[in-house]
Amino acid sequence: MEVEKYIASGILELYVAGALTPEENVEVHRYAEQYPEIKMEIEAIEATIMKLSRTASPELPKDGFKKIEAELDDVITFVPPTSKKKAPWGSYLGWAASLLLAAGLLWVYTENNNLKSEIEVSTQEKLDLEETLSNIKKEAARQETFLDMLRDQNVTVIALGGQAVSPESYAKAYWDKAENKVVIDAKGLPEPPTGFTYQVWSLKLDPLTPTSIGLLDDFVSTEDKLFTLDNANESEAFGITLEPEGGSESPTLEQLYTLGAVGR
Amino acid sequence: MQLDNLIERFQKKDRAAFEALYNMYAENLCGAINVILKDPERSQELCQDVFVKIWTKSDQYDTSKGRFFTWILNIARNAAIDELRSKSHKNQKKNLSVESLVGIYENSEDLNDKVDTIGLMSLLKGLKDKCILLIDLLYFKGYTQKEAAEELKAPVGTIKTRIRSCLSEIRKNMA
Repeated sequence: MEVEKYIASGILELYVAGALTPEENVEVHRYAEQYPEIKMEIEAIEATIMKLSRTASPELPKDGFKKIEAELDDVITFVPPTSKKKAPWGSYLGWAASLLLAAGLLWVYTENNNLKSEIEVSTQEKLDLEETLSNIKKEAARQETFLDMLRDQNVTVIALGGQAVSPESYAKAYWDKAENKVVIDAKGLPEPPTGFTYQVWSLKLDPLTPTSIGLLDDFVSTEDKLFTLDNANESEAFGITLEPEGGSESPTLEQLYTLGAVGR
Repeated sequence: MQLDNLIERFQKKDRAAFEALYNMYAENLCGAINVILKDPERSQELCQDVFVKIWTKSDQYDTSKGRFFTWILNIARNAAIDELRSKSHKNQKKNLSVESLVGIYENSEDLNDKVDTIGLMSLLKGLKDKCILLIDLLYFKGYTQKEAAEELKAPVGTIKTRIRSCLSEIRKNMA
């Protein structure tokens, strides 16, 4: 540390002017404590400015400090309460603001989640509707096919009447000989008891020869009660019996629900 | 040592210490305010307010703010500059914005009775106008080195050495 160079640099003049940064002020203060020459120089510069400013001073009242002291009393009784009141207000406002912000963020978050779940629900509803629509379309297509069949001149319609075990029962068979298909409309049959199923038979009458052409499985869940079965037989009549689940080799005639002959 | 002790007591709101500091610095601060305001009566009132302000801010002083005198000088000149800005004395402001320290004795006819014009002139004797302006900017307007350099259209690096040589001239006049 070259004290003379440091003093000659002019930094101490700026120090007294208050033109240095806080960091520089601390540094100069440390050197002043360390080197008496620096401290003396600072005091000399300060004395110069003090003398210069004193020459510009207006005359001061002799009791100048008394007047100030009177104001200090005001200050002491007046300033602390306001500053005490001010500080809490500031912090209350700060807390209130941050609470509001937190509440706002929470609200936005839940609102966002609500919207998300609403979107999910809407998406699910859309999927459900699409499925319903596609089911309806399938159903319509099926019914259209069925209607076409009814109108087809190659299709023979056979009414199957109720038999002894269930006189109110009825059914219809729509037999497309060209396509070897039979559609059974089983709307007039009661729901089969659990563990049982209807079985459809093609019959030759002389001699009476039954041939199974299929089961009316899923009777309950098939809403329109229309069942399409293959039939390549030279059928003379169709009969429907109630059989144990899975069907039987030969018809249980005591459980013959409906029967109808093919008209010629 | 004695000054440090006074400052310490003042920071603990010791009124006797504050009175001692007032007696040490009142004329200097009131003078600095008058250099800026050039209105002795108003300066005297404002100076009183400044000491009240110093009392209420006593806990804010520490060595990072420089000398104690530097700290109170800063409070005084900020108050005086605020006072100037709040008033719409445009003509005065124009004068002051250039050379308030020079102005105070050029306009000294009005201030004759109240200001030590002779003392001021003898201190500034032989100083160049640029020197007086630089002293004014740094000590009575609170300019930074950079701001002073811009005002004088001089390189920042020259401000330190210039102010040193300007003040050394006043110190010669004092001797």
